[in-house]
Amino acid sequence: MDNPNQRKRPALKVFEWFDSRLGLARPLTEAAQHPTPERSASWWYVFGSAATVLLVLQVMTGILLALVYTPSAGEAWSSLQFLNHDVTLGWFLRAMHGWGSDFMIAIVLIHLVQVFLFGAYKFPRELTWIIGVFLLLLTLGMAFTGQVLRFDQDAYWGLGIGASIVSRFPLIGGPLVGLMLGGPIIGGPTLARFFALHVFVIPGILLVLVGLHVWMVLRLGINEWPMPGRIVSKASYAHEYHEETAKNGIPFVPDAAWKDAVFAAAILLSVMACALLLGPIGPTGQPDPTIIQTAPKPDFAFLWIYAVLAYLPPSLETPFIFIAPIVVIGGMLLLPLVAGEGEKHWSRRPVAVLMVAVIAVTLGTFTRLGTYTPWSPIMEAWSADTIPTKYLQDRSPLEREGALVLQNKQCRNCHALGGAGGMRGPALDNIAARMTEDQMIRQVLQGGGNMPAYGNALNPAETRALVSFLMTLRGKNLQPAVDSSRQLTTGSPEPLPAEQGDAATR
Amino acid sequence: MTRAHEHGAAAQPEGTAPDAATTVARAAAHSRRAFLFKLSLALNGAVGAVLAVPILGYVLGPALKKNASYNAWVSLGPIADFPEGETRLVDYRNPVTMASDGATGNAACWVRHIEGRKFQVFAINCAHLGCPVRWFPQSKLFLCPCHGGAYYEDGARASGPPERGLFEYQYTVAGNHLLIEAGSLPTLATEACAKKKPLIQIAPQDAAADDANPARSS
Repeated sequence: MDNPNQRKRPALKVFEWFDSRLGLARPLTEAAQHPTPERSASWWYVFGSAATVLLVLQVMTGILLALVYTPSAGEAWSSLQFLNHDVTLGWFLRAMHGWGSDFMIAIVLIHLVQVFLFGAYKFPRELTWIIGVFLLLLTLGMAFTGQVLRFDQDAYWGLGIGASIVSRFPLIGGPLVGLMLGGPIIGGPTLARFFALHVFVIPGILLVLVGLHVWMVLRLGINEWPMPGRIVSKASYAHEYHEETAKNGIPFVPDAAWKDAVFAAAILLSVMACALLLGPIGPTGQPDPTIIQTAPKPDFAFLWIYAVLAYLPPSLETPFIFIAPIVVIGGMLLLPLVAGEGEKHWSRRPVAVLMVAVIAVTLGTFTRLGTYTPWSPIMEAWSADTIPTKYLQDRSPLEREGALVLQNKQCRNCHALGGAGGMRGPALDNIAARMTEDQMIRQVLQGGGNMPAYGNALNPAETRALVSFLMTLRGKNLQPAVDSSRQLTTGSPEPLPAEQGDAATR
Repeated sequence: MTRAHEHGAAAQPEGTAPDAATTVARAAAHSRRAFLFKLSLALNGAVGAVLAVPILGYVLGPALKKNASYNAWVSLGPIADFPEGETRLVDYRNPVTMASDGATGNAACWVRHIEGRKFQVFAINCAHLGCPVRWFPQSKLFLCPCHGGAYYEDGARASGPPERGLFEYQYTVAGNHLLIEAGSLPTLATEACAKKKPLIQIAPQDAAADDANPARSS
């Protein structure tokens, strides 16, 4: 200790008064200065601390929002409007909390990938990884419950989707729905219990587990920089790590920690920039189930699940919903126990690198699909829209009638024509080059392959008109589709029974 | 403190005590304290078990209540409001609501007036994941905005991810009013749990049979 000058003395005395009772100064200093392998003082090792800083930001902004927010199904939505428009800087606090949540998920995921690729989950840090998996799940739990507290249309129908998923659970689906909603419908008790989860239960567990996670990082030391060929073995690791830090160790504070601090500051500034420039997230429309003109969508982090649920075959859906999470989470939890030794460096772990690449591309693709939902019909009725004139030019009265039918019967909700329309079914621009008249009639009347049957919605005249219009839709130099079975049976191509002469083959 | 004693006890058989008399006395005292400690643990375990009853009862209360117990007959208005051959959206207030429910206590359903006193009343909730389906009269389809589920005018599944047709409310015509039995969020589980009532999927061919024998009015 330096020789204290006159002015410092009283402050030091106060400090000593406290520390002689608390006794924390020494253990905290020791923890802060614990030796870190020199090469691990890297920009790659800053994500864990950034996630912790974001958690603190979320707790702070969350408490501030709770000063105004009303966790009542009848008033939550208007209290958010009040926060957005009437409370000084309320919009900014909401924006910080919303964007902070997105950043936290992103940073936690990057942290996970970094830890995985650097082999940091291996002996003796298995439990640190396992707790980390739970921290990821809790972070996602915070994101979902937070989305519910933004009690708007998306939140309401998101709860409906949640209840529908839970209801598929065999035998106890019904009681589970009751447990989730707190009553027979999505209502006051539902919001109240999600409020309790978001504000008390999950943060409580999260903070305890973060404490354990950080404690183990301090106790076991920061993962050394992986080197190809340096094998982790339970017998020798502790000794090797100790030797490494004794030889090349630097104190975490200040030699390594400044990078964490700089990165955390950059992240906080980014959150503030997003909040400032992009504003608060929602709320969208009021949570009134009688307003059905809505296309509910989950928040960004859950878009991939939304997409997966659209693409699963109906018969696989329920088993997949309940088995896949067990397999994925179980696999993550077991990873350090089955692969706790061996190579740490990514260049010697091709399967690990491939897994990260495949999972990242898969999640990215599904998320991208979730942003524009190609599986959903476009929900506006097209009956009021004008028909583009190019679909009426050079066409017979019957074909024009067919263009009307196409517009009026909402075919374009699912089928695009000239780039406008839904993406659920195939675009119709070249349909006559792909299907014969007979095939079209069959498809329209009987449906199939994810298309409803229109036999009841179209009378024979409408069907005939529609198909004759569709027969005119083929690309510039494309041949019309031909039924090759006729060629086989008759030996020569038979002219199609269409009105127009040019539809006949060769 | 007690733990330290316990450790001492565990170590005792191995290490020989210097003074036999005091060790015996201490061991006697120790075994009594250790016993009292175990007894106190057992006492707290028993108290905890008793405490768990009201806590679990409170937490699981909503799960244990039968969904059908929430149901009641709700009037959707005079039959004259529903022209024959049309399918219309009707709003109503859920029979069970709380002060804090606000607009979430509202509900909506699709009423299809087939003819005379024959109706079909569908839940707006898609049988896939519960999103609100919309009726398109020109193409005679219900379409779901979430994952593209489609249903025919009689509620039967047309295409997309739903495994089944739309949920259907039990209805009755009392006087000139149309009533449905409603009360809980329609999901696959409510439908399964409630057995025949209140949400039954009427297959197209069974529709006539069910309508001929409408539900008892309240």
